[in-house]
Amino acid sequence: MKHPILHPGLNLGPHHGEAHEQAETLAFGFWVFLMSDFIIFGLAFATYVTMANPMGLAGGPGPKEAYDLTSVFAQTIILLSSSLSFGMASLAMRFERGRGAVTFWLSVTLLLGLAFLFLEVRDFAHMIDIGAVPSRSGFLSAFWGLVPLHALHVAAGCLWIMIMIIQMRGFGMISLVKTRIVRLGLFWHFLDLIWIGVFTIVYLGGLAS
Amino acid sequence: MTPDQPATWLLGRFGVSSLAILPAIENPTTSELVAAGAALAVILGAIGGIAFITWLGAWRTLWCDWLTSTDHKRIGIMYIVLALVMMARGVLEGAVMRSQQAFGLNGGFLTPEHFSELFSTHGTIMIFFVAMPLIIGLANYIIPLQIGARDMSFPVMNQISLGLTATGAALVMISLLLGKFSTGGWSAYPPYTGTDFNPGPGPDYWIWSIVLAGIGTTLSGINFAVTIFKERAPGMTLFRMPLFTWTLICASIIMVFALPPLTVAALMLAADRYLDFHFFTNDLGGNMMNFVNLFWLFGHPEVYLLVIPAYGVFSETISTFSGKKLYGYSSLVYATMSIAVLSFTVWLHHFFTMGQSANVNIVFGIASMCIAVPTGVKIYDWMATIFRGRIRMTVPMIYALGFFYLFVIGGLTGVMLANPTISYQVHNTLFLVAHFHNVIIPGVVFGLMSGYHYWFPKAFGFRLHEGWGRVTAFLWIFGFSFTFFPLYALGFMGMPRRSASYTDPAFEPLMLVALFGAALIVSALGALLIQLWVSIRKRESLAVPLGDPWNGRTLEWSISSPPPSYNFAVLPQVEDQDDFADAKAKGRAYQEPDAYEDIVMPNNTSLGIVICIASTFLGLALVFHIWWLAILSAGGIIVAFIARTFVLSTTHVIPADEIAAEHRAWLAQVRAAKSITRDMETSSANHGLASLELPVLAGVER
Repeated sequence: MKHPILHPGLNLGPHHGEAHEQAETLAFGFWVFLMSDFIIFGLAFATYVTMANPMGLAGGPGPKEAYDLTSVFAQTIILLSSSLSFGMASLAMRFERGRGAVTFWLSVTLLLGLAFLFLEVRDFAHMIDIGAVPSRSGFLSAFWGLVPLHALHVAAGCLWIMIMIIQMRGFGMISLVKTRIVRLGLFWHFLDLIWIGVFTIVYLGGLAS
Repeated sequence: MTPDQPATWLLGRFGVSSLAILPAIENPTTSELVAAGAALAVILGAIGGIAFITWLGAWRTLWCDWLTSTDHKRIGIMYIVLALVMMARGVLEGAVMRSQQAFGLNGGFLTPEHFSELFSTHGTIMIFFVAMPLIIGLANYIIPLQIGARDMSFPVMNQISLGLTATGAALVMISLLLGKFSTGGWSAYPPYTGTDFNPGPGPDYWIWSIVLAGIGTTLSGINFAVTIFKERAPGMTLFRMPLFTWTLICASIIMVFALPPLTVAALMLAADRYLDFHFFTNDLGGNMMNFVNLFWLFGHPEVYLLVIPAYGVFSETISTFSGKKLYGYSSLVYATMSIAVLSFTVWLHHFFTMGQSANVNIVFGIASMCIAVPTGVKIYDWMATIFRGRIRMTVPMIYALGFFYLFVIGGLTGVMLANPTISYQVHNTLFLVAHFHNVIIPGVVFGLMSGYHYWFPKAFGFRLHEGWGRVTAFLWIFGFSFTFFPLYALGFMGMPRRSASYTDPAFEPLMLVALFGAALIVSALGALLIQLWVSIRKRESLAVPLGDPWNGRTLEWSISSPPPSYNFAVLPQVEDQDDFADAKAKGRAYQEPDAYEDIVMPNNTSLGIVICIASTFLGLALVFHIWWLAILSAGGIIVAFIARTFVLSTTHVIPADEIAAEHRAWLAQVRAAKSITRDMETSSANHGLASLELPVLAGVER
């Protein structure tokens, strides 16, 4: 018999080799999906970079008029903290601290995610107010193609967290729920990673140039 | 807004004038009649299909055993059926275009718009709804069998992939009836496909059929990659995998990484068209070169995605019908992987003439030429496999030989085009059209046709009729040659591509030769259908229930034909490359296992078909700006998906007794049967049990 593949971060029990193999397949599949999604973001970034120039700006509002660094910095801190709280949820699951602890940390993550979205939408509303809308220029199209795409992902992540909180209540901490939370964790940390790109390339890079 | 729109909120911009048949009644020109004929063919085809299923009384079977099935084998067959239906349309469109150009001196019978629509749908259909579903269908059927697995890693996602691909195909078909498809070519370059120049529904049809089918293909890629990496039978190391499986790893890597650029490009174009973005517009800082780069960042890997699995099929058939182990297995693996990687580094050769510096062009020109090296390695490996083999000139071998000659010519004209200076001379001419048909038809189509012939008995338990298969193969080979070799010459003579008519009478004779070739290709399609019909009629004498009609070498031949839903009664223990050949030689094959175990298999689900129907409505709603329907169907997809996550019992157990009984019955049949030698292969004595033929030449490995 070959060495059982144990998926790290999951406590599916030492006697459930098959459950671990299933978890491995599910997690690997999700990694491959994230790679594909990563390409989508990469191309949106590339488009942004090629359009962040006077030609792309076409005389419309640029980074200095459109971006509010204070708000963006607050969003960054909030989203990074939500990764920490998700990490706590994963640890609570790993060490079997019970459904309550996992639910608590997932709820914290959800609230942080919603707070992030709130601030971000407020920024978008401000941009619309000053006329920094996608129909104004290629540069703004690239911005509105990239940053709201990330926001849409975060919104989907929030919906997913809510579903997992319901399923933890309904099904208990069964393997299916645990492996879904593992994949949700991958997704959430992935969005954090993308945000670091957004913060540095879109906002800091945009304001520096 | 036009006056025939009753209520804009209800039907969006859909109106009576969107119906494709009406213009033919108002204005019966040949061009309109051809369009109306195509629309009628879709309607009659749909009615005929419904009537046929009703006549068979098969609605229940269709729903329970096919549309809701999660069995990779049934999903594979449905992919191939979809591809063949679409191929009929694509080939006929090609023939109509050849006719138009044959009589196109100073005119012809089609309007330029209609001709543009034809080449746009022909390209879109042939790439996305013929070649891709054929590949994904074959792979779906074969990959789990070749690696000794019971199903794909994600059977439900597999069903969703099929549903989304079918949605894309359905949208292209519906565009014949409602509104018109894009006139912007399969590559749909803006700004021509932007709202300023094309406000109608055409480019929207292109966008949504491509986006929805593209998502399906990405999911297929994920599924294949995970299946091949995680579901292999014990002992099936990577370097014991059959070559078709290897090529599918490469193809699935391309699907995962190359489809996203297409999705991004198409969605950005959609944002330009629907939300007044300026990604690719002429004004306000848009840059259409971004689209061109994104599109070909997908488009070039795509052509390798198509041809690499065809290489895999040829590797299997050439080895089997030469009765020999594949020559240079590892070099074929490395060559395939090199091609997959290089395919991402050459996209710019599709637009050498669009404004880069000479140095940039040279880099991409050299990279493009490099691809000829691993491809050459492969051709030599296959020829060396044939050398001193036990060769049978069956249908797959005829296709393989046609492939050798014709594909090498296509490859060489590719090397010519990889040189930017030559590209400047012949770009946008029929030379280019001849080149890419020369790689796609002898490469992809011949490969997939030979795969269809090779694996058909595995899927249905009877062989295809050999004689009609040979007729089909020769009609394809000669049909291709007569159609496309004249186009090389016409390209050199300066005939531009995508032009409905011309004024130089020197083009006409070669155009007539090409029309003759097109007639041969249409005949090939007819012969393919006749072959299927004849084979079904004669299925008793062509039956190969024991499962190994060709003295196969890989695991899929080690089980009955058609295979049971769980594929393998017990998972095979793999000990060698070409494991089944090894097992037969060493007497390991057809053994009864010590014990049978219960098998857990996925349940049927209607999620895939629900998503298929809802996303078809979503696509139509977006094309015709029917916003309430778009929101409703998108919401439906999300709700269906979330509801599915609340279903806990997704599997059923097949008891060990049942499996043991089925397997023992089959083994008893095998023991009672008389094995046949290779010279009896195409006779009715072939029931799928092969004699062990010992090597006659010392030192030649069989």
